[in-house]
Amino acid sequence: MTKKNLALIILGVVLLVFPLVVRSDYYQHLVILAFIWVMIGSSWNLLAGYTGQVSFGHAMFFGVGAYTAGIFATKLGMSAWWGMAFGGIVALLIGLFVGWVCFRLRGPYFALATLAGGEIFRLIATNWESLTEGMVGILIIQTFRSKLPYYYLALLLAFACVYVIHLIMKSKWGYYFVSIREDQDAAESLGINTTLYKSVSLMVSSFFTGMAGAFYMNYMAFIDPEVVFSLHYISIMAILVGIVGGVGTIMGPAVGAFVMVGVQETFRSAFFGLAPKWISQGHAMVFGLLVVFVIMFLANGIVGDWSKIKRHVFRIKPSSI
Amino acid sequence: MALLEIKNLVKAFGGLKAVNDITFHVEEGEIFGLIGPNGSGKTTTFNCINNYYPITSGDVLFKGKSIKGLKTHKVCHLGIGRTFQVVKPLARMTVLENVTASAFCRVNTIREAQNEALELLEFTNLTGEKDKQAKSLPIGGRKRLEIARALATKPELLLLDETAAGLNPSELDEAIELIRKIRDNGITILIIEHIMKVIMTISDRIHAINFGQTIASGTPEEVANNKAVIEAYLGGEYVKD
Repeated sequence: MTKKNLALIILGVVLLVFPLVVRSDYYQHLVILAFIWVMIGSSWNLLAGYTGQVSFGHAMFFGVGAYTAGIFATKLGMSAWWGMAFGGIVALLIGLFVGWVCFRLRGPYFALATLAGGEIFRLIATNWESLTEGMVGILIIQTFRSKLPYYYLALLLAFACVYVIHLIMKSKWGYYFVSIREDQDAAESLGINTTLYKSVSLMVSSFFTGMAGAFYMNYMAFIDPEVVFSLHYISIMAILVGIVGGVGTIMGPAVGAFVMVGVQETFRSAFFGLAPKWISQGHAMVFGLLVVFVIMFLANGIVGDWSKIKRHVFRIKPSSI
Repeated sequence: MALLEIKNLVKAFGGLKAVNDITFHVEEGEIFGLIGPNGSGKTTTFNCINNYYPITSGDVLFKGKSIKGLKTHKVCHLGIGRTFQVVKPLARMTVLENVTASAFCRVNTIREAQNEALELLEFTNLTGEKDKQAKSLPIGGRKRLEIARALATKPELLLLDETAAGLNPSELDEAIELIRKIRDNGITILIIEHIMKVIMTISDRIHAINFGQTIASGTPEEVANNKAVIEAYLGGEYVKD
């Protein structure tokens, strides 16, 4: 067994027994949030990190997934859990449409178009009150009192998302995505239908993000447009998770998710109540500094530059294997 | 029937006609050279064949069927592979991954694609470099990578755009050898080249263009002795009467 597989198995066991050992709802909640971010970050990374199509509007898919679940409950009188299946599919269809429109644009224009797309959906959700309840938001009743079912479901979803992306990246699709990232013209001349495969990447990405949104609705039991379609808290955070963890790596966004949720919560709670309250106002600034630090010293993120971190921080010399 | 026919091809960029009424055909199994001074429209012709640029007028026929207006990736699937003059390695992929990605054009499983790629790396003498990042290859290796990648799409017709440019003399001989080997495997070759040693030794027929128009066509000897060609390359004072 390789060292890497062993590490993954240990990680899996730790995550499985964590909520049985740490009984605190608060810490379980944080890890559930991190799992949601693993899904969003990994999905964003598939599109931006591997396929080279940087999205500034992943809140669009997250919010659509969340609202699908919410609307299932409030308008159709069904369980919001139905939204788990349909949230992903609705987000995928939105992704298909966005791709159809936006993949005529390359580079920064695609990024700007997704930025606008995210804001458009936020405004729709705010103003279409007969469907979405507008700024009032959607409130449902949580299915479970305990965090445990949510914890294990989120763990399963996050694992499935990362694993599926891992499988995709080892297949024809994965090779095509990276080829498109590296050179669209060359890819096209090698017989790769770049428009099609960019859309495929976007659809997979939007599906998992939508599913994460639907799970969020079920778990938090309350959404409003400012939360789930937030540019700052969702779209930009998705990018930060990817960049800090490592763009274009499988485990990068997973690591980034835990780091970012950790940093965010540490500041939001003013170092768990140990520091003066005003520090909690500083979390946005710390995010900024963190990104500057990562870009300057770890351009490939924590996972992408892991060997560098080992060398400088732990003083481990690269082995000669 | 010719494998590739170019009929009265015109490509205009605004008022500039980069290719102005060029007609030629490439027979199956031959090495067909396309020559001309810088800016004469050679690469533009390639870009029109695989529809990287839309054609202004005229037609391109592959195996008797018009491929005008087909998307670039479809042209590739039909069996026309190409290399780029300004090489386009997929920089942050390994050499093997570059060729594997391309082999997926014809096969669907990673194992088949990788086997295909390994064979082609052997063929193009890149096996030793297979795990290096494409961006770390020197120019000679990058040119061979371009060829391996184009071959991985299993073309019937291969368009080589200045494959020998920038190579040193010993690499040149290897390149000539490689191009011949490709043809011997049954692939028809349309090659753009500036280096006369290469184009004159390997071409069966040569087509010379200047300012987007045909100035000569025939065997290498005929073209080399053609007044218009000498004038275009060396200037009028070198033309013997």
